[in-house]
Amino acid sequence: MRDGILLGLAVGVSGLAFGAAAVGAGLSAWQACALSLLAYTGASQFALAGAIAGGGSLLAGTAGAIMLGSRNALYSLRLADLLQVHGLRRFATAQGVTDESAAIALAQPDHAAARTGFRATFASLYLTWNAATLIGAVGAGRLGSPQSFGLDVIGPAAFLALIWPRLQAGRTERAVAAGGAAIALAATPLLPAGAPVILAAFAALAGALARRPSSDGRSA
Amino acid sequence: MSGIWIAVLATAAGCYLLKLAGLTVPERLLGNPRVKRFAELVPVALLAALVAVQATSKGSALVLDPARLAGLAAAVLALLLRAPFLVVIVAAAGTAAALRLLGIA
Repeated sequence: MRDGILLGLAVGVSGLAFGAAAVGAGLSAWQACALSLLAYTGASQFALAGAIAGGGSLLAGTAGAIMLGSRNALYSLRLADLLQVHGLRRFATAQGVTDESAAIALAQPDHAAARTGFRATFASLYLTWNAATLIGAVGAGRLGSPQSFGLDVIGPAAFLALIWPRLQAGRTERAVAAGGAAIALAATPLLPAGAPVILAAFAALAGALARRPSSDGRSA
Repeated sequence: MSGIWIAVLATAAGCYLLKLAGLTVPERLLGNPRVKRFAELVPVALLAALVAVQATSKGSALVLDPARLAGLAAAVLALLLRAPFLVVIVAAAGTAAALRLLGIA
């Protein structure tokens, strides 16, 4: 439980970066806060802000952001068995599924400890992430030109930090990352902004089909 | 309602439904190992693509902005030194901002 609270506080502070990046991208502070309150999944939120900043199609940006949320479906699949929540509670539990709460819950020895760890992480991270988003969004709005403060670099730097552990995980991950980047860059001059990033999913498809899937089910 | 609000709410709804789906669908539907592997790799491919596109383009044009690239290089350096998330972000934004302030890039 303590681990969950600490992790929530530590990661939640990154909401500052999201709030600042979102406002730099042209979202209002309200829109940045709505994303943190309702979508509550970092990579998707940064992706949508990035698509809006790039002036791309909103439809493509939304599709890309939702695709990035697909891993949460896999976490909740694992958590369904682990947390044993039923009925209406499932609707509240669902919102709490993130990389962090899944990681803490999966590390616990039994159902009760997993539930406690999950709830502690959810509460701590949700509160910190949303408060930090508000502060980042309001603060960045007062700074003036987002470019002069380097806010346009926050998005790519955040994405790189988010996939960094996965790039260390194996050769397939690195090949998929390089392939995804190459596909997107090649498609950028040809397609409306936003679409090239979705095409990059084909690199993941190739990676999933090329190698026999690992059986250990690591997903953090 | 503006387009951005629609995109914000659609993203929120989509992300929530994905989270809820795992708690409610039968395991075998998403339990196929290849489907699982694909879903694990999707974020890697998409985020790498986002890094590449956002670092080097503006709309549909490829643009090399030295300050932005230097900021990203600072992020890589911070990651190699195992810096925490916020330090990585601050290093990246700070480098780009400093270069622009000094008029170097």
